[in-house]
Parts: sequence; C-alpha cells; structure tokens
Amino acid sequence: MRQAKRLKSFMLGASLLAAGMPAWAVVDSQGGPAVRELNLQTPVTQIAEQIYSIHNLMLGICLAIFIAVFGVMFYSILKHRKSVGHKAATFHESTAVEIAWTVVPFIIVIAMALPATKTVVAMKDTSNSDITIKVTGMQWKWGYDYLKGEGEGISFVSTLATPRTQVGSPGVAPTEPRSDNYLLEVDNQVVVPVNKKVRLITTANDVIHSWTIPAFGVKQDAIPGYVRDTWFKAEKIGVYRGQCVELCGKEHAFMPIVVNVVSEDDYKKWVDGKKKEMAAKADDPNKVWTVDELKQRGEKVYASNCVACHQASGKGVPGAFPALDGSAIVAGDKAVQIHLVLNGKNAMPSWKSTLSDTEIAAVITYTRNNWSNKSAENIVQPAEVVAARK
Amino acid sequence: MSSTTVDHAHDHSHDHAHDHPHGIGRWLFATNHKDIGTLYLWFAFTMLLTGGVLALIIRAELFQPGLQLVQPEFFNQLTTMHGLIMVFGAIMPAFVGFANWMIPLQIGASDMAFARMNNFSFWLMPPAAILLVASFWVPGGATAAGWTLYAPLSTQMGPGMDMAIFAVHIMGASSIMGSINIITTILNMRAPGMTLMKMPMFCWTWLITAYLLIAVMPVLAGAITMTLTDRHFGTSFFNAAGGGDPVMYQHIFWFFGHPEVYIMILPAFGIISQIVPAFSRKPLFGYASMVYATASIAILSFIVWAHHMFTTGMPVTAQLFFMYATMLISVPTGVKVFNWVATMWKGSLTFETPMLFAVGFIFVFTMGGFTGLILAVTPIDIQLQDTYYVVAHFHYVLVAGSLFALFAGFYYWGPKWTGFMYNEFRGKVHFWASLIFFNITFFPMHFLGLAGMPRRYADYPAQFTDFNQVASFGAFGFGLTQVFFILAVVIPSIRGGKPAEAKPWEGAEGLEWTVPSPAPFHTFEEPPVVK
Repeated sequence: MRQAKRLKSFMLGASLLAAGMPAWAVVDSQGGPAVRELNLQTPVTQIAEQIYSIHNLMLGICLAIFIAVFGVMFYSILKHRKSVGHKAATFHESTAVEIAWTVVPFIIVIAMALPATKTVVAMKDTSNSDITIKVTGMQWKWGYDYLKGEGEGISFVSTLATPRTQVGSPGVAPTEPRSDNYLLEVDNQVVVPVNKKVRLITTANDVIHSWTIPAFGVKQDAIPGYVRDTWFKAEKIGVYRGQCVELCGKEHAFMPIVVNVVSEDDYKKWVDGKKKEMAAKADDPNKVWTVDELKQRGEKVYASNCVACHQASGKGVPGAFPALDGSAIVAGDKAVQIHLVLNGKNAMPSWKSTLSDTEIAAVITYTRNNWSNKSAENIVQPAEVVAARK
Repeated sequence: MSSTTVDHAHDHSHDHAHDHPHGIGRWLFATNHKDIGTLYLWFAFTMLLTGGVLALIIRAELFQPGLQLVQPEFFNQLTTMHGLIMVFGAIMPAFVGFANWMIPLQIGASDMAFARMNNFSFWLMPPAAILLVASFWVPGGATAAGWTLYAPLSTQMGPGMDMAIFAVHIMGASSIMGSINIITTILNMRAPGMTLMKMPMFCWTWLITAYLLIAVMPVLAGAITMTLTDRHFGTSFFNAAGGGDPVMYQHIFWFFGHPEVYIMILPAFGIISQIVPAFSRKPLFGYASMVYATASIAILSFIVWAHHMFTTGMPVTAQLFFMYATMLISVPTGVKVFNWVATMWKGSLTFETPMLFAVGFIFVFTMGGFTGLILAVTPIDIQLQDTYYVVAHFHYVLVAGSLFALFAGFYYWGPKWTGFMYNEFRGKVHFWASLIFFNITFFPMHFLGLAGMPRRYADYPAQFTDFNQVASFGAFGFGLTQVFFILAVVIPSIRGGKPAEAKPWEGAEGLEWTVPSPAPFHTFEEPPVVK
C-alpha cells in the first residue's frame, strides 16, 4: 500500500516535470490521432469497427503462431547448442510433417480471410445513400460538391487552415506555437448528418490523390479523369480528421480532410446558412471593378491558391516554379496571362473550373500590380475572363 | 546434397597459361567471375551508403514536426531516390555479386557462361548510378514521384525524371543480361554428378529469381517507356484527357513490382538455407520442399500484384481474388520458416556471426511476414494503405530480410573471398547493433501507421512526434553501425587477420569449401566429380 502511494506520488512528480517541458505540450487531436497512439483510431462507423476487430483477430492469431514457432526455435537455441554438448541428429526430411505444415497454415489463412470477405462486400456497397458528395482532389486542396440529398448544390473548396507561421521553413523557425490540430485543420469542413449514409464520388483535377478518414475506415483514391466511389455512415457526432494519402507533389502533407458530423437539425441549419453564404458570395461577372478592389480580392485568391509554388515573395522556386515578380508574361499582353491561368501549362494547373471569373481577374490584376511589377495593362475585368473562356 | 567428393588431381601448374591481369585493366576488362562479383559488391555497398545518407536526411527532417532542414519538394526527391537507389542500386546488385562469386564455386564451374557479357552487365551499373545521383543537380532536381513513379505525377517532373527512366532502363538491361548468364551457367555448367536436386539452395533460389527477372524487367521497361513518351512525344497512355488511364500504369508497374519484391528476397532465402544447416551441423530439413516452396512463391508472385492497389477502387471480385491469392503466399513462406526451425531442431548449434545474422533474419523477417499477412486482408489494407505501417512492413522484409541475409552471406563466405577470418567480436557487435537499432527505427512505425500517419510526408501532426523521434534516433544508430561494419570489419578482414582455412566452418558443406581460401583466381578448371 505504501509502495503504491509512493508510486503515485512519483508518477505525479514525473507528470508535473513532464508537463513543464514544452515538448510535452502536445494534446490528443479531437477526431484525429492521440498522442503516442498505439492502435487504430477509435472507430465511429460499423466498417471501421469491423476493421478494428479483424485487425485484433489477425494480430492475436499471428502473435500465437509467432510465439509457438519462436518458442520452438529459442528452445532449440538454448538446449541444442554445441556448447552444452548437444550432438546433431541426422534427420532431414519427413513428408508427413511437410504436408501438415502446408495444410494447417492453408486452413488458417482461409479462416482469416473469411470474416474479411463480408467486410469487403459491405465496403463496396454504395447503394441507397442519403447524401452524395463529389470529392475532387487538387494540388493541394480538396473540392466538395454536394450532388444529391439534402444540401444539394452546396459547393466549396477546403484548404489547410494551419498558418505557415506554425510550420516554418528551413532556416526560418516557426513564429507561432503549433495548434492542437496542427496540419489536421481546414478552412471549410465537410459537414454531414449523423447516422446517414453518405456516398462519396472521388475524382481529381491533376494527379492522383487519396481521401481518407481513419476513424471511418474509408480510403479512396481520387483519380484524374475517372470517378470512383465509397461510402460511410458516421454514428457519433464530432469532428473527424484525415490527410491526403497518395503522393501528389510537394504540398502532399498539407492538404488535410476534416469531416464534421452533426445532428440532423444542425445539418439543416448548416445547409441553410451555407446556401445564403453562397448566394451572397456569387459575383456578377459583368460588374466593373477598380484596380484596388481587384488587388484586395486578388491577394486573398493568391494566398490560398498560388503561394505554394510562386511563393509569397513572387519569386517562385528557381528551377521548379517560375517567378512572377519581374516575369515577362505578367508584364506583357494580358490575354496571354489570362490564357495561361485558365488552361495551365506544365506544372501550372488549369484554373478554369476551380476559380470564378472574378477570382481569376482579381488574381491576375494582383500579380500585375504587386512586388516590383508595374505592368502597362494593369487591370483585368471579370468580363474579359468570361470572353477568354469562349 | 548428401556427400561431395572432389577430384583434386590437377594442381595449378597450368595457371600460367592464363593471363592474371593487374591494375585498372583488371577491373575495367574483368571477365573473371570473382573479380566481377567483387565489383558488384563494392558497387552495391557504395549505393547502400548513398541511399542511407538520403534516408538519414529524411529521418533528420522528421525528427520533429515543422520544416527544419529541407523543403517539401526536396524531401519528396529524397524519399524517391532513397527507394530507387536501395532497390536497384544496393539490394539487387549485391545479390548479383553473391551470384557471381558463389554460383560457379558452388556448382563446380570454372566461370560464368558468358564472361564478357558479365563484364558488360556490371559496367552498365555505374553509368546508371551516375544518372540517378546526378539528377539531383539538374533543374527541378531529381524525380520526386516516389520510387513507384506513378503517373500522372511523373509527367509533371523535370528532366530528373527522364534521367531516372534511363537509369532504370539501363539497370534493367543489366539485370536481364545477368539473369541470362546465371540461368545458362546453372543449367549447363554444373559439375558431373550434380543433378538439379543436389544443387545448393543458393543456386536454386537464384535460378528461380533469374527467371523472375527475365519475366518482369521488360514489363517495367514498358511502363517507364510509356511514361517517357507521355512526357515528351504526345502519347496519352496514362493521361485521361487523351483517353489513357493513370491506374493502368499501376497495374503494369505492380505486375513488375510484386515479383520484384521476391527477386529481392528469394536469394536471401537461399543464403539463409546454406548458413542454418552449416551452423546446426545437420543437413537442411526438407530440401525438396524448400525447392518447391521457392517455385510456388515465384509463381504466386505473378497473381497478387493488385494488392498494392486496393484503394484505387476495383470491383469486389477483384479485391477478393487478390486478397485470397496474397494470403496464400504465406503458406510456402511459412514452410520455409518451419524448415529452417526444423533444421536447427536437435542440431549442434554454434553462433558465429553468420548464424547470428541468419537467426536474426528468421526472427525479424517473420515479423515482416506477419505484417504482410495482415496487410493482405483487404479491409485492413484499405485502412493502412500508404501509411507508415506499410513503411514498417517493407523495411522489415527488405532490411531485416534482404540486407541481413547479405550480411550473413558476407560473414559466411567472406573468408573464402579474402583468405582471412573477420574479427568475430566485431562481427557480433555489428550484428547486435544492427538488430537493436533496426527495431528501434522501424518498430515504432507500426504504431504511427495504425494511428494513421501517411507515408512520404515532409511534416506531420504533432501527435506523431515521439515515435518519429525514436525512429530517427534508431536510424542514425543503424547508419553508424554500417560505417562500423565497413571500417572495422570489412576493410581489416581484407587487409589481414587470421588466415582462413579452406573450410573455416565445421558444419559447412559444398564444393566452394574444397578450394583454398582465398579462392584462387581460377578454380575448377577441371570439373570436380560430385557423387
């Protein structure tokens, strides 16, 4: 008893000491991984639960076989050593034994695969969904379009919310402490109602990406030019987090996925709010803007879409991504730049479908008036982009 | 192989009839299987260290969250080149080096069948390595599409990608020539009396591996050639906009890629199957079943490729087929492990360094085998695809598997190559340090993967910090251990030491132990007779 008390006070002391160290300040991510997580994340769908228990079963069987086989081996290592005077036997084959240890493992692996078969079939059954969401992987963000069910018509892009000041870069230390959900937070979360079957249709704009939420047991590649589908039915309200899991270029680690599972009422509220917001945001492409208005808008568009490659300084990355500061294209004919932004070139993606006419006009105007750039044609109106699309 | 008697009637009186070249020409124009084997081994070790340095930069960056040392695009180049260099530059050539040295000695042949082609297949390797490594300095840097070079990411890369494609083409050509040589040598140049079913296991595993290589290297060449024409000549094999399919690349790649993993492990099985009986002083248990198991693994390896692609979204029947087929591979692999354990059972065991590495191999490789079995289950694979669990799994089979077997082979046959015994104490230090640091590095990655940390990430959520720190610490220990190996074990054992007897291991069997140590420049000019 006394010892138990001592242990307790020791643990308390140790944990206080640990708490005092800044490196220990990390806490579990809500809906993401826990600190020093040893196992699969807590499942919140039936599929994830099945995966969890199949994994436990497999681990148990493997461990048992492992202990049996290596028990024999280590017994042999201890007892059949030359140094303890063991003389070598001469046997070297036995057909009966060979057959036995071919047939028995065969039966074991089939027995392992059988429960998994049911899960495989269930995972592929995407029929009768309540809501269908199209997920589009892009370098390096996710686009979501609610195609069917309540919320139909909602559409947004979701990018990393963790500021670069928390990440730092080689030679530049982060200037802000890391948040609890560092690299696991986005500006626009996917919102879905609890206990509803959500079907996801995945595709991509540029290269292959992969959409996952570990707690849902869902992972599906998003393949450019093709559509694939998967589904989930979250059974617990909460925020769940995942990250892109197919190498997609330099910002691969910086395009997380966050799904907010809410009650049915909250979902209705969210749908109403989102629809109003979208109506308010819709720009009239015939509106004529001033340079300053466009610059202001363009700065935001640049920060969330262009900065990863062309950099905040506009200097790009030598050898990989061209500089915009002092660029001949930015200084020259605006039609050329509009065409390039709309259609892409080499590593530059096409922005036709991801940015609105106003956004494209704004970001081009921004680049033409920012850094050391003082282009002759210094303003692009949304109407010009509309014309260039034709 | 029950008993071998060797006709030693001839001596070396007619050695002078052969030129014994010296200087740089000896290596440039080498046609002697032992010299070419040595060249391969040095080349492979150099690439191992090169790939190792890349791995250490990766681990240093991952020591803590945030970006401290390298930009993400360079990080992706590091992971890509680490994979390419280790697979094509280190592990594969190292086994070819072993094949060159040991196959003629084991089957009683005077040399490889095509000596000049042998020279060519080695000297293709350095230009390929230079192409790979030099690609770091071209505009845009080395390819950063992952060692699998998935389309369409690979079409976005700069000229470094083209250099990697050509390097892999060249190394593939080299592998095919090496395989033709090995098959021809084994099938035609065995000493009288050595039937196929008396042949040492190392030769058997290499014979099967060589067939695998010839079957799949052209497939890889096809995949990367299509990538090349997609990049430069306007084709659309993998470009959906032009009617192509990015997933087709994966099918073609993994049709090569899965047999490739067996190409890297079967010769390792061969080495282990030589060493375990030698130090158990007892013949290999179930020789025939070992041969059949190796052949079954090779055949099954052609029908499991899509288990690398469960998350691409394939029909449910395909998922089930590939799950069951993959799980079946564990049966012949299990038979091998059981046979090794049965060989040790009631033996008279001693634990010199080769045996330590062999037992370490069986122990740790089996863990990798079990995680492989777990990953074969489609639903679990979907959960763990592209996470650190996969990284842990394939390093358990490639480092603790292939690399440990190569080390075991070095300690076992090294005395035959150099004529000197290595320092046993240092060998044991090398083993224990390798084993411990290996597990410190890769065991925590299982936890990271289960918790969902994706692979090929330059930065990660802070919850993953502790296990990443442990892994980074272990990686540096493992790297330093290999520096210790080259400086304190390999080089001293070449320079001198206790002279090795013709047969330094009491329980060893086989023709290679009937020639003196170091093996003379020319051996078995008159074929020995095997009874």
